[in-house]
Amino acid sequence: MTPSSLPITAARTGLVRCHACHLLSRWKPPPSGGHLLCPRCGADLHLRKPDSMARAWALTLAAFILYIPANTLPIMTVVSMGHGEPDTILSGVRVLVAGGLWPLALLVFFASIVVPVLKLVALTYLLVSVRRKSRWRPRDRTVLYRITEAVGRWSMIDVFMISILVALVKLGAIATIEPGAGALAFAAVVVVTMFAAMSFDPRLIWDALENPNER
Amino acid sequence: MMNANSPAFPPAAADALVACHDCDLLYRKRPLREGEKARCGRCGALLYARKSNSIERALTLALAALILFGLANAFPLLDFQFQGRGQQSSVLSGVWELYAQGMWALAAVVFVASILAPLLKILALLYVLLPLRVGRRPWRMAWVFRWIETLHPWAMTEVYLLGVLVAFVKLSDIATIVPGVALYSFAALIVAMAATDAALEPEAIWERLETRR
Repeated sequence: MTPSSLPITAARTGLVRCHACHLLSRWKPPPSGGHLLCPRCGADLHLRKPDSMARAWALTLAAFILYIPANTLPIMTVVSMGHGEPDTILSGVRVLVAGGLWPLALLVFFASIVVPVLKLVALTYLLVSVRRKSRWRPRDRTVLYRITEAVGRWSMIDVFMISILVALVKLGAIATIEPGAGALAFAAVVVVTMFAAMSFDPRLIWDALENPNER
Repeated sequence: MMNANSPAFPPAAADALVACHDCDLLYRKRPLREGEKARCGRCGALLYARKSNSIERALTLALAALILFGLANAFPLLDFQFQGRGQQSSVLSGVWELYAQGMWALAAVVFVASILAPLLKILALLYVLLPLRVGRRPWRMAWVFRWIETLHPWAMTEVYLLGVLVAFVKLSDIATIVPGVALYSFAALIVAMAATDAALEPEAIWERLETRR
């Protein structure tokens, strides 16, 4: 159900919502360096997430850079009879396809390749659209943000798989599996994009609708 | 004690209004029936919900999750058998092996996501819910309860299980892989943790703090 809405935002009314306990408080800018604390739970109050755009941009750019070693460096190396066979994210999927493991290949392809790329594209698009004060489909962009935030963690499948393989396959000279630097870069992409999504404030999408006289 | 700088809004007014988490639109709160949810009409975000016996149900499920967590970490996940040689792997041994091979940062990420964050989340929930159930308020409850939300995205139990399954299928071609007790415990743990989240009504917990103002 939808309760009755007032045609105004909390910020316009001089109210701020606590990000932790959701209580509304009266907003007054704290003195520089000071904090305004939620009277109920003691969390820091902010009208919008602090430095949302700058932080989200910086983290997204960092993720773009990390994405390159994550895909070019080997995520693990299967060493068998003294001969090492490095695996990248993409070659891991290719091996699954070659083995006829279609459902699994699809799962790993989606989690390790589609999700990180879409996440980076979605974050960039959201940041650009907010910077340009876009008024186009704010609801759809909010949904896009929610999906981006929810789906990111699933990319960790490959990292967890490596930790299991490394612990299981220890057959000395016959076969061992060594983790590669690509796995670290890949895990970093996932963690950094999660932080980027957390620092983005979806309310900024809606703030562009606030001043009808602008533009 | 409230000083002149306190942002406290008259309690009656603060309780009557709610702002949307995703678009900041203000709403006049309406009482809900149990099981009902209030959504934002503008952006579709969940505004608030009312759940039946939230504290009791969440507490029971969190206790179940704690037991399953213990089982999932005490027993081997997979048993690898190849030409008479065997190797077992648990969640912790996966972390340890990454660390032993010099990938300490990767080991730390896996440790936080698969062990530390889920465990802290379950313990924090029990720390808040157990005293509330018997009518007491735990020390620093607000601080602990805030941490639960922070930990939530980093507890990747369900993603971890998928990683194990991918490893399982990959290896089953070349060796005999026997799933261990921990694998089943892990699957049950995911159900218990998801059910705990579904049963929990954060508003009901925060309202217990009101008397402080």
